[in-house]
Amino acid sequence: MSTGEPLNGAQIVLRALADQNVEHLFGYPGGAVLPIYDEIVQQDKVKHVLVRHEQGAGHAAEGYARSTGKPGVVLVTSGPGATNMVTALADAMMDSIPLVCLTGQVATQLIGNDAFQECDTVGITRQCTKHNWLVRDVNDLARIIHEAFYVATNGRPGPVVVDIPKDVQFAMGNYVGPHKIRHNTYHPKVKGDMEAIRQAVDMLADAKKPLFYTGGGVINSGPEASHLLRELVQLTGHPITSTLMGLGAYPASDKQWLGMLGMHGTYEANMAMYECDLMFCIGARFDDRITGRVDAFSPNSKKIHVDIDASSINKNIQVDLPIVGDVAHVLEDFLRIWRDRAHMPDKAASKVWWSEIDEWRARDCLKFKPNKDVIMPQYAIQRLYENCKGRETFVTTEVGQHQMWAAQFFHFDEPNHWMTSGGLGTMGYGMPAAIGVQMAHPDALVVDIAGDASILMNMQELSTAVQHKLPVKIFILNNQYMGMVRQWQQLLHGNRLSETYMESLPDFVKLAEAYGARGIRVEKPDDLDEAIKEMIEVDMPVLFDCRVANLANCFPMIPSGQPHNKMLLGEEVSDDDVGSAISDEGKVLV
Amino acid sequence: MSEPEEAIVSHTFSVLVDNEPGVLARVIGLFSSRGYNIDSLTVSETEHEKHVSRITVVSSATPMVLTQIRAQFERLVPVHKVRDLSNTERPLERELALIKVAGAGDARVEALRLADAFRATVIDATVNHFVFEITGRTSKINQFVALMEPLGLVEVARTGIAALSRGPKGIFDD
Repeated sequence: MSTGEPLNGAQIVLRALADQNVEHLFGYPGGAVLPIYDEIVQQDKVKHVLVRHEQGAGHAAEGYARSTGKPGVVLVTSGPGATNMVTALADAMMDSIPLVCLTGQVATQLIGNDAFQECDTVGITRQCTKHNWLVRDVNDLARIIHEAFYVATNGRPGPVVVDIPKDVQFAMGNYVGPHKIRHNTYHPKVKGDMEAIRQAVDMLADAKKPLFYTGGGVINSGPEASHLLRELVQLTGHPITSTLMGLGAYPASDKQWLGMLGMHGTYEANMAMYECDLMFCIGARFDDRITGRVDAFSPNSKKIHVDIDASSINKNIQVDLPIVGDVAHVLEDFLRIWRDRAHMPDKAASKVWWSEIDEWRARDCLKFKPNKDVIMPQYAIQRLYENCKGRETFVTTEVGQHQMWAAQFFHFDEPNHWMTSGGLGTMGYGMPAAIGVQMAHPDALVVDIAGDASILMNMQELSTAVQHKLPVKIFILNNQYMGMVRQWQQLLHGNRLSETYMESLPDFVKLAEAYGARGIRVEKPDDLDEAIKEMIEVDMPVLFDCRVANLANCFPMIPSGQPHNKMLLGEEVSDDDVGSAISDEGKVLV
Repeated sequence: MSEPEEAIVSHTFSVLVDNEPGVLARVIGLFSSRGYNIDSLTVSETEHEKHVSRITVVSSATPMVLTQIRAQFERLVPVHKVRDLSNTERPLERELALIKVAGAGDARVEALRLADAFRATVIDATVNHFVFEITGRTSKINQFVALMEPLGLVEVARTGIAALSRGPKGIFDD
């Protein structure tokens, strides 16, 4: 569709974004995107959210995308603008988050001349995007932007970059609408192979100790996938666990839920992984935080793996039955066949399996020693959870101990309500992500569960939250350590703490005030509830400095290099166990 | 299916791609970022009007990794079609080499005699050098180069392997 009136490149960008139903754009201006910013200020369809650092724009767009199911859109300038985005792109790549990142570039005739603020953006981002484009002709611009949205959101979602030289932004050209685009090569398969699905139905019907192991792919597939997953799990009566990325796809309040699995997952989830006879993996990728020692991974199970990305199949773990397809499509077919065949769960086998699981549950692996004088970090999350109950709450996190405690003690009943950096493990993700979430859900409660080290990595974004009146709550578990790194130094390096003590942390209350936000500090368990209530009630961004036990460690834990049945449980573990838990082989595994 | 196959084998992949800027960098980046071996890589536009190029890659790995390589190729956005040519049969593979040999006397005569036996052709010569052009399987070229070594071998340029499947079917007729 040609628009009739000629448009310049910058106008084409805005027109394309509007036609893609983009409502929010996270960005930071600069020389190479001035023409686009000049168009932004002259329209009101796309709302621009100014951040303080390009990385913040990237994570904000990730939070936006993860909480809405829509692609997050970013606009940054050339050179440092683009390189500052690299971490967010790599993060989105690892966690399969749809991002469309537009970058300015120096004018085409300057490319390759080491011009001011020039960098090889498509070269630098090639390995951390699903695809990227350098637009050399304004007449390709609209098509490429629409293709970029298509690629970011179809198949396994991921980040894409469209690099737009400044002369292309000024040049006059033709606009085409999104419906005109059919991609030349990229047509991912969403329907699973029916024969494989039939076989999966038979395998599940025959299993005595089946387990659903689900991941972020269920959430990426959309709300229908979570709905179908619930139906399937409840119909069969079998236990379910999930990866960090998959939390919320199945309600944590349900009795069939075993909690998260993996390195800091629950004892019952990991034991069930080890002992099951059928593992039904849906939208997860057998990553090393999940598998532990690969050659001792779930030794007695047949494995079914549903994934939209064929390269996830047999990458780390050999499976017996791969099904390449979109989770919702595959589950829909699976359920129909299951019902057609009128399979009934094997009640006797199920009873035996659940009684085994109940024994593992009885170990109460998340138990921690309560303390009257000092706030235990686990207790802080418990109280936060209780006080957020009954409200529409979205949680983001940074990376470290607090992230694992949040995953263990904050319970999610709905998909798209938990935003965390799983694959890349990006400290500094949480606050900008929370800003993106709050932008999309202005009336919801958005909490970033943070650590004192992580939060400082993108602290500048508090200014963004204040400017845009986004009342995000930054709940800092402040133990004055990089807690997870310290925990590993205790485990691996004879408790020699190297550079993990935060000697000169800022006064977070004063810092909040300096930014025009609210600061709250709590040091005693008895004051916690009141303070959390205040945090929630205040209609402005809050930095909540929750002083917690400095030396608490995150358990249970599968020491690296160990299989699932060799977990360390916090209550039962001695200092000696901690010191000798990881073998020399395990030490190199991180 | 569950027993690990540890043996390293060599497979030849044929990949049809849109000939867009950076597509070769994507392929090379895929191999380097995931630690796969490239034993041979050739690329050239094969359908000019459609801007389609054919990439031929030879890689050695375990069967599990070879399956991964194929899947990784398929995820690249500008890829039309991937085929593991070694999956069912030994594919047709040819390589071209240019080989410069300098010398005089018996060595020079022997080089020319061997070239004849290997059906290499002389494409440049003076009284004290030859440049041979030779086409064939990689092993044949290796053998010829080894024979030239004591006879005054100066330098070698090789194209890498071009390959097709046997029989009447093309890459889309799976």
